[in-house]
Amino acid sequence: MSQATLRVQKISGHAGSVPGQDTQREYTVCKLIDTTTCIGCKACEVACMEWNDLPFGETVFDNTYQTMPETRWNYWNLILFNEHERDDGSLMWLMRKNQCMHCGEPGCLAACPADGAIIQYTNGIVDFQQANCIGCGYCITGCPFDIPKMNPKTHRVFKCTLCTDRVSEGLEPACIKSCPTGCLHFGIKDDMKELAESRAKQLRDYSNFPNAGVYDPPGVGGTGVIYVLHDATQPELYGGLPKNPHVPWSVKLWKGPLKWFGNVAMIGGLIGLFVHYLRYGPKAREEEDLATGPRGGRT
Amino acid sequence: MSRQEQILPHGQVLRYTLRERITHWAAGVTYLYLLGTGLAFWSPWLFWLAVALGGTQVSRTLHPWAGLIFFGSVWYMYVMWAPQMTHTDDDRRWWKALKYYSTNQDDKMPPAGRYNAGQKFLFWGFFWANLLLFLSGIFLWAPQYFAWHSLVAMRISVLVHAAAALFTIGLFMIHLYMGLFAERGAFGSVIRGDVSIAFAKRYHPAWYKEIAGEAASPRK
Ligand code: HEM
Ligand code: SF4
Ligand code: SF4
Repeated sequence: MSQATLRVQKISGHAGSVPGQDTQREYTVCKLIDTTTCIGCKACEVACMEWNDLPFGETVFDNTYQTMPETRWNYWNLILFNEHERDDGSLMWLMRKNQCMHCGEPGCLAACPADGAIIQYTNGIVDFQQANCIGCGYCITGCPFDIPKMNPKTHRVFKCTLCTDRVSEGLEPACIKSCPTGCLHFGIKDDMKELAESRAKQLRDYSNFPNAGVYDPPGVGGTGVIYVLHDATQPELYGGLPKNPHVPWSVKLWKGPLKWFGNVAMIGGLIGLFVHYLRYGPKAREEEDLATGPRGGRT
Repeated sequence: MSRQEQILPHGQVLRYTLRERITHWAAGVTYLYLLGTGLAFWSPWLFWLAVALGGTQVSRTLHPWAGLIFFGSVWYMYVMWAPQMTHTDDDRRWWKALKYYSTNQDDKMPPAGRYNAGQKFLFWGFFWANLLLFLSGIFLWAPQYFAWHSLVAMRISVLVHAAAALFTIGLFMIHLYMGLFAERGAFGSVIRGDVSIAFAKRYHPAWYKEIAGEAASPRK
């Protein structure tokens, strides 16, 4: 999306080397979302729309605060409201700021066939480059969090950029800046991890949330967005946050064994046929056996 | 096609009518385009194909449309040829003698009709793969238009589409090899429509007997 002055460590659909690979000096950046102090005010949603200049779209009303069921191509950051009944019968609101998780091993990037349509910077941000996107939708099949969305008019896919443009200038993402309760933090991954763990410990020790913990799923190589959850054993409660997300097996099968098998079979087939021809040649030579007089009529 | 008219002057035999040839080339030309653009999306090493074929986004836009034409032409082949493609006892014997066929000892083969068993296999292979490619392709094309659209179905479609395409690529390579290199004269049959009597006798003796026999008998 943005023209940031960052080095790149992974490129989708790319043959050959990647300019920024293994040149890392920058730290991996990370957004920390403390769901336990989120009040669902949607300031971050507005900040995202403002900074990224996204048009306002229609909302739906279903007697809840949920203005739309999921993120859209032009709505990258959405608070998911979940009512949860605790064991003692009391009601609890679990609110989660939903957006791209900026996976360490992004399934979207693995699935994308277009050279340079999805890139991962050395600081960990996963960014879509719409100029290179061909609109095939493969990234949608690769994402375990159902994040990339297609613009139906332009057939290009959009999602949260983690404000690459701001981050590359040393600023925090717009959502972070807007949060009134301070439940959003931004910094280098190690620091955020430490902060998150200390907050989770606090919740366990003093606030009667014995299962409080940090969500940083290893199945996708850790994420550039981590959550503090009241109950880290049940992330599904927070609007279907997958417990153990990983790049879908179908994408792994397709980009792994199937690709290898296919390539070997195609190249092997070509070589095989060529050698067959060298060994056996044509079944008959036209001049000798088959050319019997001038061409006849046609239909 | 009435048989008598298949014997042409100058020792030629009519093998494919104009309608058959046009159908063949509608399928052939669209297949080549689908193959080029499809392979571009298959491997980063071949992505340049999409650039060469008019641009990456253009390839993505046109691939499904070419797919529709391909689907339609293969379907029409089914309409025209399915009755001739049924598996017979001769075909079973043909498969058993495959090693003679593949080593150019055609005299040891059971006599083939208009289509030999390998050609029938090619036909049915393309027919079924075409169905799979069409269903998965339509789904990949515009999943948002299906009420039952789901990520799971899309993930399966990608796999099915790629696997079916690979299967056709295998068929296609052999098809080209036979038609262009191994059986000299076969390529002309889908261009001009005719083959020499020598070709017919050599590769499709049962078929030749059929038409020659009918040509000799009085018109009904
Ligand atoms: C029958 C109608 C067909 C339709 C509607 C269709 C549609 C599609 C669509 C929508 C895609 C996703 C990317 C793109 O749009 O380019 C695709 C990919 C592809 N298609 Fe087709 N297609 C059809 C037939 C074929 C045929 C006959 C081939 C044979 C070579 C083929 C080979 C491929 C390949 C290799 C890919 C890429 C798969 C991958 O990336 O793993 N398609 N097709
Ligand atoms: S739709 Fe997604 S997978 Fe396809 S080219 Fe665009 S970014 Fe890549
Ligand atoms: S959450 Fe989805 S879109 Fe974001 S980096 Fe991970 S796989 Fe890609």
